[in-house]
Amino acid sequence: MINDLYQETILDHSKRPRNFQFLEDANRKAEGYNPLCGDKCKVFLKEHEGVIDKITFQGAGCAISTASASLMTEVLKGKTVGEAETLLAKFHDLLTTDQPLPKDLGKLVVFSGVREFPVRVKCATLAWHTLRAALRGAGEVVSTE
Amino acid sequence: MPAATSLDVTAIRKDFPILAQQVHGKPLIYLDNAATSQKPKCVIEALTRFFQMDNANIHRGVHQLSERSTQSYEAARGKAQRFLNAAKAREIIFVRGATEGINLVAQTYGRKYVGAGDEIVISAMEHHSNVVPWQMLCEEKGAVLRVIPINERGEVEFDQFEKLLNHRTRLVAVSHVSNALGTINPVREIINIAHGWNVAVLIDGAQAVPHMKVDVRNLDCDFYVFSGHKVFGPTGIGVLYGKEQRLEDMPPWQGGGDMIRSVTFEKTTYNDLPYKFEAGTPDIAGVIGLGAAIDYLDQIGMDAVVAHEHDLLEYGTRALENISGLRLIGTAREKAGVLSFVIDGVHPHDAGTILDREGVAVRTGHHCAQPVMDRFGVSGTTRASLAFYNTREDIDRLVAGIQKVKEVFAV
Repeated sequence: MINDLYQETILDHSKRPRNFQFLEDANRKAEGYNPLCGDKCKVFLKEHEGVIDKITFQGAGCAISTASASLMTEVLKGKTVGEAETLLAKFHDLLTTDQPLPKDLGKLVVFSGVREFPVRVKCATLAWHTLRAALRGAGEVVSTE
Repeated sequence: MPAATSLDVTAIRKDFPILAQQVHGKPLIYLDNAATSQKPKCVIEALTRFFQMDNANIHRGVHQLSERSTQSYEAARGKAQRFLNAAKAREIIFVRGATEGINLVAQTYGRKYVGAGDEIVISAMEHHSNVVPWQMLCEEKGAVLRVIPINERGEVEFDQFEKLLNHRTRLVAVSHVSNALGTINPVREIINIAHGWNVAVLIDGAQAVPHMKVDVRNLDCDFYVFSGHKVFGPTGIGVLYGKEQRLEDMPPWQGGGDMIRSVTFEKTTYNDLPYKFEAGTPDIAGVIGLGAAIDYLDQIGMDAVVAHEHDLLEYGTRALENISGLRLIGTAREKAGVLSFVIDGVHPHDAGTILDREGVAVRTGHHCAQPVMDRFGVSGTTRASLAFYNTREDIDRLVAGIQKVKEVFAV
């Protein structure tokens, strides 16, 4: 069902993305790109002693990728880097497996509908790929391909 | 209101088995013909018959199957010749598609005649396949790529084109019809002006041949390329037309079997046209399938196709223009086959996903024409592209699908 994909929360975050700005005092950042659709995403982090104090993003993309980035910044604020890595893995499982929904995903569970739309999985994971690059300090543009 | 057409579209649709299916529980509305067209039964049957009855390598064996296979292959060359109204069959080179045809010309004609400081002219609406091969050549040779700008409607600015030509121009390469915008370019005039400077012209006809009668002798183009799969034939096969003298003057491209007359380790002499450019065993089945597709189009009649699609395009344009928040991208006065658009507040990929769930197949994104998207300040568009088997009902379903998109996104 199309409404399982475009849930209210997703539409809301795609139209009014949260933490959608440049972060002046970022000490980690990365840029992501999906060459198939041209979606772009920049993630900025202010990390202090293993905790994500601030996280913002910028970019242009579809509703799924924008909402995914927006919700990601909301759930990761105040989390440790280790917690962020764990959530990333769980989020990936949520989108790509047909296992029962992982627990402790909080708001991110609204993306469970993406499972039924395999071509859209990369839209939902772009921000998270970019986050991983930022955390691991790769520095260059990461691609979904 | 009945469509002004002499096509019996109901009967025609029965020739395309793939159209009679449901996707996501809804009847398939196939509006992605500019990406690839569907295949009539006669093409599918020609492929099956070839593999069941005639399969053998061509131009080699003395046995019966090889003879039949060679005859069918060369008969298809004759069909392609008549399809384009080329003067001679030897001016028809079989390639993998329009992309390979353009690369062939870039790497033979281009490498021979383009040098440092020379210029190649393309337009701002070209598909990447008519951009990148020339960029590669320019990089190799130290040549310069010049781009004809396009206006707000998506038409080439002709006076700018005339100003771009000079004594360093070596080649002009433009599309006959734009894949992203549907613009029909004034190629006859472009060729005329270029020839005034003694400059050869390549026309990318990939999006033209499914929609109009093409006459390369009337156009007087030096090269014309198209892909079989966009004109109801198989994938993996296409045609490069070149004027005989141009092709004769060009060095061969790939080396191998069939393109040679004799080989010794000291010296190899090359075969005559068209075999000089057809090294190795070609896509024999593909060529035969393309021949069947051309026969099918002949039987339907291009005049009827043009009339029917003109009606559909007008009908579709009016219908889309009436949707609030929708903007057509590409509003040239002369258009064929393409309705490209953006919807305020909706990314094309989201529109494409929702349309798909409504059974409507369209393309979304940049359509391998990123410079065109940049020109119109959009990241991509949703593109509905037509074929003669489409109907006004298909357009109605597209419109209903767009309403659904707007409903989901509350715009």
